[in-house]
Amino acid sequence: MSTTDQDPGLYAAREPIFPKRVSGKFRNLKWYLMAFTLGIYYLTPWIRWDRGPSLPDQAVLIDLANRRFYFFMIEIWPHEFYFVAGLLIMAGLGLFLFTSAFGRVWCGYACPQTVWTDLFILVERWIEGDRNARLRLHRQKKWDMRKIRLRITKYLSWVLIGALTGGAWVFYFTDAPALLVDLFMGTAHPLAYTTIAVATGTTIFFGAIAREQICIYACPWPRIQAAMMDEDTITVSYREWRGEPRGKGKRTNDTELGDCIDCMACVNVCPMGIDIRDGQQLECITCALCIDACDEMMDKIGKPRGLIDYMALSDETLEREGGKAKNILKHIFRPRTVLYTSLWAAVGIGLVVALFMRSDIDLTVAPVRNPTFVTLSDGTIRNTYEVRLRNKHGEARPFQISVTGDETLVVELEGVDGNVVEVPADEMRLQRVYILAPPQSDAAHAERTDFRMWVEDTTNADRVYKDTVFNGKAN
Amino acid sequence: MSKKPVQKGNEVETTGHSWDGIEEYNNPLPKWWVYIFYACIVWAIGYSVAYPAWPGLKEATPGLIGFSTRGNVAADIAEQQEKLGPINAKLEAAELTAITSNPELNAYAVSAGAAVFKTWCAQCHGSGAAGAVGYPNLLDNDWLWGGDVEAIHATVSHGIRNEDDDDARFSDMPAFGDDYLEAEEIDSVVNYVMTLSGQAPNDAALVEAGAEVFEAECSACHAEDGTGDRAQGAPNLTDAIWLYGGDYATIKETVTFSRSGVMPPWSAEASEAGRLTEAQIRAVAVYVHQLGGGE
Repeated sequence: MSTTDQDPGLYAAREPIFPKRVSGKFRNLKWYLMAFTLGIYYLTPWIRWDRGPSLPDQAVLIDLANRRFYFFMIEIWPHEFYFVAGLLIMAGLGLFLFTSAFGRVWCGYACPQTVWTDLFILVERWIEGDRNARLRLHRQKKWDMRKIRLRITKYLSWVLIGALTGGAWVFYFTDAPALLVDLFMGTAHPLAYTTIAVATGTTIFFGAIAREQICIYACPWPRIQAAMMDEDTITVSYREWRGEPRGKGKRTNDTELGDCIDCMACVNVCPMGIDIRDGQQLECITCALCIDACDEMMDKIGKPRGLIDYMALSDETLEREGGKAKNILKHIFRPRTVLYTSLWAAVGIGLVVALFMRSDIDLTVAPVRNPTFVTLSDGTIRNTYEVRLRNKHGEARPFQISVTGDETLVVELEGVDGNVVEVPADEMRLQRVYILAPPQSDAAHAERTDFRMWVEDTTNADRVYKDTVFNGKAN
Repeated sequence: MSKKPVQKGNEVETTGHSWDGIEEYNNPLPKWWVYIFYACIVWAIGYSVAYPAWPGLKEATPGLIGFSTRGNVAADIAEQQEKLGPINAKLEAAELTAITSNPELNAYAVSAGAAVFKTWCAQCHGSGAAGAVGYPNLLDNDWLWGGDVEAIHATVSHGIRNEDDDDARFSDMPAFGDDYLEAEEIDSVVNYVMTLSGQAPNDAALVEAGAEVFEAECSACHAEDGTGDRAQGAPNLTDAIWLYGGDYATIKETVTFSRSGVMPPWSAEASEAGRLTEAQIRAVAVYVHQLGGGE
């Protein structure tokens, strides 16, 4: 066992990162995506959708109190939560697909952590200046008026962004325009204010303070992604064969230097604080800002672009040996991506079909098994069923309950004359339904008789059924 | 942290440990992570002081802030009971017959009554209210003492054949085997009773004699046609429902030795224990009424 002279630190302080401003096609793409994703986040609760007088008119609404989820023309009840589970499975498979094809594009462009960190860095740059100015301010020990002013402005702007983010969150859970008024009048539910405070705090902590630490230490995705990626995955890489040996200075015929002039532009713009030239690494979120930075430099020194580029690892080897990179489509269409796509599509088709086959009457029939049957005075055998009738319409509807499969069976309803019950708009009614078999009928003496219970809207003949059983007195 | 390829001229830092030439890269943990670990330790110490934590010989340390899950439950129960105060008062003030037609009271009474039933009644009548031999089935449409809400309410309040309540429902079938009737008379009346509900008698020859015995000894309570009398809790002998059983042997046993099932009174005035409040009794009466046999 050997030891070194000095004990290496087992714990490292966080290195502050001051990403430099960069311009280029990927930076522009990220600006558009930021505007788009933030736009979705802020505007969605304000879209209106007419569902009739007794239902909310908010297009996207998670109504926790009434246990309803509204998404445009779709209304999900708690027992249909599998639709949400299906959507989450699709999101997961979609993430697998994109990761195996293009690496961590989700992380680099669309993840809220990335979008909000980008936003915070942007505001920070407006207030404190670009990388060098921020570095100077960071290193300046003396708290003069300028530093105090800049820091206070920055922190205030963070709180403002945090509050706007947290403030927009609560609009998804109740009627947005009414809540907005309540929030400013101070009459909103305390839960709304608490939620805003918590979401404000977490936004500031995640986006403004912790930033890349979340991606590196808190997020499981960077650890899982390696399972979806292979040498054909298109990701941000450094053409080592072209760049090395790196070095400053003019290129002449007798020097052996590669194209990399070691200007550190790629490192300075990186929001994760890494050097892409070290190769693939866990911290890289493939935001492609280093590509923009390097391309700008290559243009300046008159070398071809693409020293840092979106490419597959297998291409690096091909190119190093003097070959040509494979066509991008050949990278994308490979068994793994085809499999992910078909799984994704299968779940998606299943969900759409299920969604359109959904009836707006919903019926569950639970036979009462304690006891299985009751003998009445005249010898009639009676079974009881707890029937849940869900009316998913915006107006009250009369539902008629009937049975088929054995003509001797008679329907009676607890507390209701006849066999029609009214179910209020968008509600569930629990109705005890009795099925009677006359004393001498077959059903009264058979251990089990299958029959079908029908529920029909008497106004428009919409109907649904459930198959269930009648238990007789088997002797 | 990821493994970084060794750059030319760059030594990768190791922890300095080497086992048989195997070295370990030093990928330092972030400091804030360590600080959170220490903060958790401090939190744990504070937590164990504030909350019940350290086990002693008899009980754990009570904790500074006086937290107790038992106390929380008691507080929750008290809070719920206070919340239910107004609707219980309404239930007690309402006309018994009007409860079922008031949707709010009815819904409350059914769910509250279900809880009362499962706590206090299920022991004899079963959790599904189907009863057992000697314990009436409350689901069917046959009632010994009456099946409207008022009758059920009275039965639950005062009970049946108990000494604790003067208002208890009371009736006493004689044990006809105790010198009232000869064995062959009992045999004949049992055969006659079987025919009342449409069953084939054990010995058809005795039916006619049985009819005479019935008219003389039984019809005062069970009525001449055998349909019973609710005022006396005398069962209807002509239907398909039997509390103890409708076969020859069981009817014979009933006639010979008599039956006298007992139900305790549940109202606060009637029983010393005062087990149920008026609101609870009303709730359970409404619950039983809607089980399928209510009149």
